[in-house]
Amino acid sequence: MRASTLLLVFCIAGFIFLYAPIVSLIVFSFNENKLATVWSGFSTQWYVALFQNAQILGAAWISLKVAVVSATLASILGTLAAYVLVRFGRFRTRSLLTGMSAAPLVMPDVITGLSLLLLFVAMEQAIGWPAGRGMTTIIIAHTTFCMAYVTVVVQSRLSDMDESLEEAAMDLGARPARVFFDVTIPVIAPALVAGWLLAFTLSLDDLVVASFVTGPGASTLPMVIFSKVRLGVSPDINALATIIIGIVALGVFVASVLLRRKPTRA
Amino acid sequence: MSAATGIARGRTGRLLRRLGFSGRALVIAVPVVWLLVFFLVPFLVVAKLSLSQSAIALPPYLPLVEWDEGMAIITLNFGNFTFLLDDPLYINAYLSSLKIAFISAAAALVIGYPIAYYIARSPEGRRNVLLMLVILPFWTSFLLRVYAWQGFLRSNGVINNFLLWTGIIDQPLVMLQTNFAVYLGIVYTYLPFMILPLYANLVKLDDSLLEASADLGARPLSTFFHVTLPLSMPGVIAGFMLVFVPAIGEFVVPELLGGPDTLMIGRVLWNEFFSNRDWPVASAVAIAMLVILVIPIMIFRRAQAKEEAL
Repeated sequence: MRASTLLLVFCIAGFIFLYAPIVSLIVFSFNENKLATVWSGFSTQWYVALFQNAQILGAAWISLKVAVVSATLASILGTLAAYVLVRFGRFRTRSLLTGMSAAPLVMPDVITGLSLLLLFVAMEQAIGWPAGRGMTTIIIAHTTFCMAYVTVVVQSRLSDMDESLEEAAMDLGARPARVFFDVTIPVIAPALVAGWLLAFTLSLDDLVVASFVTGPGASTLPMVIFSKVRLGVSPDINALATIIIGIVALGVFVASVLLRRKPTRA
Repeated sequence: MSAATGIARGRTGRLLRRLGFSGRALVIAVPVVWLLVFFLVPFLVVAKLSLSQSAIALPPYLPLVEWDEGMAIITLNFGNFTFLLDDPLYINAYLSSLKIAFISAAAALVIGYPIAYYIARSPEGRRNVLLMLVILPFWTSFLLRVYAWQGFLRSNGVINNFLLWTGIIDQPLVMLQTNFAVYLGIVYTYLPFMILPLYANLVKLDDSLLEASADLGARPLSTFFHVTLPLSMPGVIAGFMLVFVPAIGEFVVPELLGGPDTLMIGRVLWNEFFSNRDWPVASAVAIAMLVILVIPIMIFRRAQAKEEAL
């Protein structure tokens, strides 16, 4: 066998490895049997059960709100950090910012979660804010770790960008803020969208950090899923997974079509 | 922009400048202050707490500094750290986390390298589709992908049913709740983090170098080990670290796929905090974990700097 054939076989095996569990999740969400591993007939009963489960729906709503707000905050802060790192040359806190904006990428969730919880407790004792824990504290925590991902995405786009566009705008008399909003932002827009989506997904997906920093009454979707799957198979979770996978696949498909239609090279 | 807002902005601008602020400093300050408060300071709080004493109170620890007749009495309690050293549970958990993370990262490298190489050598149109296929699972829930493996590995799961049906085995294999399942789960969930930096590196590989090597009579395998692999080392290191470092602190995978005897430090920290409610010991576990993580993170940063310099 030629090396290239071998490589192809390996690659196909790799993709089967990546997708087989996902396909099985989808298939068994339509299974009649409660034992989600034995096929006994087609049924959509788990979808019905899912949409009658107030706990899951409530948690999904909380997760969505948290994800939208933290992704937006993380995009703003992450873009600022990236802009400062790429365009501002030397400044006093540069190495500090470089380190702090990259470290969350490899920080284990348990440490991020524990350290933020302890901070919130200490802050509440010292200044009375945040009073108690819940959605606000989850949003702050998610913004902080999602920001690092936005910074990386925007940073690479900014360093690819042709700086002469900004210089031209400045030569024509635009103030720095105007240059940023009228020239820089439109050029890096695809990276902003990608960064926002990444932050949104990471926030929606987080179990560990949210478990640490949340309070009574604010259970996110991953927390509810976790407590259910810990006890074993639950076919309504398969149904939920299928819906999430469907939305993601659709989103990625639409994004790729949009990106292909509009060439984004600046 | 109306003239009024222009004047107002000019006025605040002058005021800020008189106070010693420039627009530039403000733009720098926003992300720096946010990260200082919500990223750096929390570690100081953890460090502080790791030196305090646990107590039945709300919050469950004693303050480090007590005021007594105008004098500050600082009680440092190194007991939490000596406790970690005394109880073999913690040292074993650290060692076994390092071992599991290392083996998983190595396995992900062996599986991810050929895939990244294949994608990087594909024609440009197909490249993007394949890359998307690698990233797509990453966008779906991590938790649900780990859950999917539960259904695959359990004794009446997909794999066992298939193997029993084909007659390869006549007893279901025990795969769930083993360390094997943990390796599998980590490799599975972190594989995109291995493939992407490897791809980013391999796609820049200059074909003429491979041709030169072949012209000089090297066999493909020899070209790979003497040209391709050394040139892709920054990608290898970046990918390895992106799997290895987060895997050390992994909680979800060992909790859902591992057995009760799968010791990992993330799990120990979680239990110390949620089950035992011992915040000071949990903090000491976190500080010790950070110390262990510093070295691989430094290696990762250096590999990244090298990659950027290319």
